[in-house]
Amino acid sequence: MLEPILSIRGLTKTYRGGTRALASVDLDIRAGEIFALLGPNGAGKTTLIGAVCGLVRPSSGTITAFGHDLGRDWRRARARIGLVPQELATDMFETVWRAVSYSRGLFGKPGDPALIESILRSLSLWDKKDTQIRALSGGMKRRVLIAKALAHEPELLFLDEPTAGVDVELRKGMWEQIAALKERGVTIILTTHYIEEAEEMADRVGIIQGGRILMVDEKRAMMERLGTTEAVIDLAAPLAAVPEALGRFAVELAEGGMRLIYRGGNGEGKGRAEVAELAQALTRAGIGFTSLDIHDSSLEDIFVGLLGHQGEAA
Amino acid sequence: MHFSLRSAYAIYRREMARAFRTAFQSILSPVLTTSLYFVVFGSVIGSRMEPVGGVPYGAFIIPGLLMLTLLGETTSNASFGIYMPRFTGTIYELLSAPVGVAETLAGFVGAAATKGLILAAIILATARFFVEYEIAHPLLAAFYIMLVAASFALFGFILGVWADSFEKLGIIPMLILTPLTFLGGTFYSIRELPAPWDAVALANPIAFLVSGLRYSFYGVSDVPIALSLGLTGGFLTVCVVVIAVIFRTGWRLRE
Repeated sequence: MLEPILSIRGLTKTYRGGTRALASVDLDIRAGEIFALLGPNGAGKTTLIGAVCGLVRPSSGTITAFGHDLGRDWRRARARIGLVPQELATDMFETVWRAVSYSRGLFGKPGDPALIESILRSLSLWDKKDTQIRALSGGMKRRVLIAKALAHEPELLFLDEPTAGVDVELRKGMWEQIAALKERGVTIILTTHYIEEAEEMADRVGIIQGGRILMVDEKRAMMERLGTTEAVIDLAAPLAAVPEALGRFAVELAEGGMRLIYRGGNGEGKGRAEVAELAQALTRAGIGFTSLDIHDSSLEDIFVGLLGHQGEAA
Repeated sequence: MHFSLRSAYAIYRREMARAFRTAFQSILSPVLTTSLYFVVFGSVIGSRMEPVGGVPYGAFIIPGLLMLTLLGETTSNASFGIYMPRFTGTIYELLSAPVGVAETLAGFVGAAATKGLILAAIILATARFFVEYEIAHPLLAAFYIMLVAASFALFGFILGVWADSFEKLGIIPMLILTPLTFLGGTFYSIRELPAPWDAVALANPIAFLVSGLRYSFYGVSDVPIALSLGLTGGFLTVCVVVIAVIFRTGWRLRE
């Protein structure tokens, strides 16, 4: 496997008030991937990003980006990292063009009007280039922040809740823009508490809660391992026990024998295939049923299940 | 040590742009203040005053008035320059950039020194309408104005990092700088004060600044020019060290 583009080891952050925001986090990010950091509010997502981007001083642990230790060689590492913060913090009175050009200069890159133009065009901000930022809508301000973060051509981009407070249509647009960045070879780490977003965008998902990473995996592997299919079959007549003909299926009876429930599969189609076989087996055994309802679990079910377990354990 | 000229220049340009956005206020306010002082102290009262150390009273107060505006404007301008990004959150960009204390200070302080020179030029041009004067050592005056502007920009920077409210931001210039400048020989020569007040007045560091600038203008001063220059340089050095420590520890900048 390729050397990770970002490698975090034993990262701990305890704030002055005593709040432990991160508890010995280990994380490796691969070049070119979209990694979604998923977790509820206060899980430590923003602190984790802040520690990598220089906004937060880690209490302990090491962060290595592009092979540079961030504690020592922060200049070279930071020059290749971009950050889109969660808050819409912008220089209200600056024009879009000047704000984005400033960002490029601040990161030590020579002026490149053609590049700035292409960034603004790709984010549909070109016709607003001479507008003061305060006159823009929230969605446009968010895009200005993205443009500012892209101005120095980062290879690793952090997006902290990029679609928070953005309406559904704009969110779709944002996803397209993020996908386009990945096409250009930018590695992207985004935080979100919209599971739908992680499901839609990410190659890999990390689940974080209480400052700990509970699980990191390929989204597909996670779905395969933890995903399930549930089928609810309402029977024409009650059954006293699961008939032998259905013995090989993971089924159980409910509602006083009026309902047959199947749980199984891997979130990748295996469950649905089994339910089809189950339906045929029912017909062959002469068991009538009045309705059949299939539901595949989503990342959300996995997420909620995982956090629930943690809650019980804690 | 690594230094990125581009980063420093980006910060410099941004700071200058910020000043030009409020150009009306930046120019009009010192013009108005200085005019008022000259009308009252220069023309009305000044005409009845004896020359001080051979310098007509109206001309005598120019360096002090210049210092008064320069200290106030430079300090509050620099403190706002760093406080506002902290307040609005835009400081994230500076903190995440490959920029250290050297680039940050070069940008902020360089801009402050430039603005100080512009401000001084405006005040001197305004004074021209009210009194006749000649500057004995113009190069020294320009250098000293920049040195003072740079020092108090650094001081303002510290103030802007320290302040956690707008109230604190305004309190130091208003409660400390303005009174000390008034008492620091802006309108009189400290030497003419009766004992022991002449000695007490020298406990006021701003007296050395006013005296230093007055020397560069008229060749007369309350304290030797070397002492003024040394003290200003020392203050600048202390401020630089404090800011270097702030950046190293991340105090009030990084959580």
